Amino acid sequence: MKILVPVKRVIDYNVKPRVKADGTGVDLANVKMSMNPFDEIAVEEAIRLREKGVATEIVAVSIGVQKCQETLRTALAMGADRAILVLTEDAVEPLAVAKILKAIADEEQPGLVILGKQAIDDDSNQTGQMLAALLGWGQGTFASKVEVAGDTVTVTREVDGGAETVTLKTPAIVTTDLRLNEPRYASLPNIMKAKSKPMATRAPADYGVDTTPRLTTSKVVEPAKRVAGIKVPDVDTLVAKLKDMGVAA
Amino acid sequence: MKTLVWVEHDGGAVKDATLSAVTAASQIGEVHLLVAGQGVDAVAQAAAQIAGVGKVHVADDAAYAHALAENVAPLVVDLMGHHDAFVLPATTNGKNIAPRVAALMDVTQISDILSVEGDGTFTRPIYAGNAIATVKSSDAKLVITVRGTAFAKAAVSGGTGTVEAVATGGDKGLSTFVGAEIASSDRPELTSAKIIVSGGRALGSEEKFHELIDPLADKLGAGVGASRAAVDAGYAPNDYQVGQTGKIVAPEVYVAVGISGAIQHLAGMKDSKVIVAINKDEDAPIFQVADIGLVGDLFTLVPELTAKL
Ligand SMILES: Cc1cc2nc3c(=O)[nH]c(=O)nc-3n(C[C@H](O)[C@H](O)[C@H](O)COP(=O)(O)OP(=O)(O)OC[C@H]3O[C@@H](n4cnc5c(N)ncnc54)[C@H](O)[C@@H]3O)c2cc1C
Ligand SMILES: Nc1ncnc2c1ncn2[C@@H]1O[C@H](COP(=O)(O)O)[C@@H](O)[C@H]1O
Repeated sequence: MKILVPVKRVIDYNVKPRVKADGTGVDLANVKMSMNPFDEIAVEEAIRLREKGVATEIVAVSIGVQKCQETLRTALAMGADRAILVLTEDAVEPLAVAKILKAIADEEQPGLVILGKQAIDDDSNQTGQMLAALLGWGQGTFASKVEVAGDTVTVTREVDGGAETVTLKTPAIVTTDLRLNEPRYASLPNIMKAKSKPMATRAPADYGVDTTPRLTTSKVVEPAKRVAGIKVPDVDTLVAKLKDMGVAA
Repeated sequence: MKTLVWVEHDGGAVKDATLSAVTAASQIGEVHLLVAGQGVDAVAQAAAQIAGVGKVHVADDAAYAHALAENVAPLVVDLMGHHDAFVLPATTNGKNIAPRVAALMDVTQISDILSVEGDGTFTRPIYAGNAIATVKSSDAKLVITVRGTAFAKAAVSGGTGTVEAVATGGDKGLSTFVGAEIASSDRPELTSAKIIVSGGRALGSEEKFHELIDPLADKLGAGVGASRAAVDAGYAPNDYQVGQTGKIVAPEVYVAVGISGAIQHLAGMKDSKVIVAINKDEDAPIFQVADIGLVGDLFTLVPELTAKL
């Protein structure tokens, strides 16, 4: 089967985001950008499924600015076979991303779409579930284990009290949680090879999708700052403080 | 505005997360509830007692027993014909179901709201809580998930809701529940615990994690949490994880033991009232948010603390 893997270009997870002074958003100028960490896990999972003989082709998709090419090249260097860049300067909300991905899924007919559970910039945690709804497919979200046998996918999901297992009929949607796997680093030869792998460029209009935002953001501010408190010299002082607060008898 | 609140329950009792969602919904408009599940009479009765609740819609069907989004979403879409906002707690169920409903209704979703500002405007965290955005939807109907720690819990009694059965849609055949491994513990649940003791990578092993963290938590009557590093290393189960991608907690007291204070961890606990940190590195970022810091080796400090409490 073919696997589609949407990958988003986001602020690198090691960078502390700074809110712009004018309150219009987060400052991304000259900030290191990387593939969303959950999407790296999605790419890795797709590659493992190909190594197991389940997947035959892996197609990476990114929706965003020209620089998303870099994110797609990373996916190709890890092992994806080809890439589709849906080029747009607009910030595209999860619902519109899902609509574009639906159109691509209609074209490509994948057996699985593996997405990250959440993008670490908007922290929406929506796109995979929305895509599943639009396609009318089953969804295995927050996956910590994925097994494919015939036309059945068994997904172990991380849920509030522990873990839960569901089975889905393919085609289906999977979204990744952190413990699904540990993504590989691309080797130098693979990075070189990735440069000649095919990358198509399209536009949202090619898929007939209107990306006009439904949400308007009037203001972005920093959260209330915590001030560092005191350091206590020893356990006795800590115990006394806890007793003062009524935490310990 | 008429809101429909997803009732999170375990088949017997209403979960606390629901109560915060009810408070958020009451700031938006009239509060009606949806109890979906199998054999949920007791839950529906309990839900009707929640203060301020109007109608309690009950969908009792085997197809809803495990809250499978594929089955639940069409049910909600039907009910949304006469409600203006669908409000869910930002639990794993809430996060799984809400976007499926929103997409079927062709509306945007507002995730993890922190406040209701009126006139369809909300605040929500982005970038792991390093920024707070004020947003407004232009859609006719709203789909919202609610951050539990940001809203007080509605009272569990005093309500005079009326219970009403709704027509169910059955199994859509897209997914099948196989089983669950839900950890049972006598300790308070993380998202509602008043005190939490969390351990990090520094604990070094599952044995040490239990040997040091558990007795301290027992002494304090605390829930137990962990950093991602501790969970990844297998020292603690995954549902202990506090942070951007784990649980969001805001207890009265949060004790971080051998946790460095990465932004992804802080995202899950920095709204705690009092933060206590024990770390051997006096420059660890956790001390920038800690009210009380103790610098030193946790392997000697934690047993001493447990003994002296
Ligand atoms: C997409 C993404 C999502 C993430 N989500 C989360 C999340 O939800 N929650 C989360 O926690 N992390 C999350 N992380 C991981 C996060 O970035 C950090 O790696 C993690 O929080 C570090 O855990 P730690 O503090 O236990 O370990 P470390 O950073 O290794 O810190 C260990 C600390 O222990 C101290 N120490 C060592 N020995 C001792 C001793 N003997 N006595 C006292 N102190 C000692 C050290 O000084 C150090 O400060 C996420 C990362 C990514 C990329
Ligand atoms: N612009 C985008 N391009 C490609 N994939 C995306 C994009 N936005 C979201 N996704 C996918 O959807 C997942 C969840 O994103 P979100 O719903 O925004 O939290 C991400 O981990 C990606 O797999």
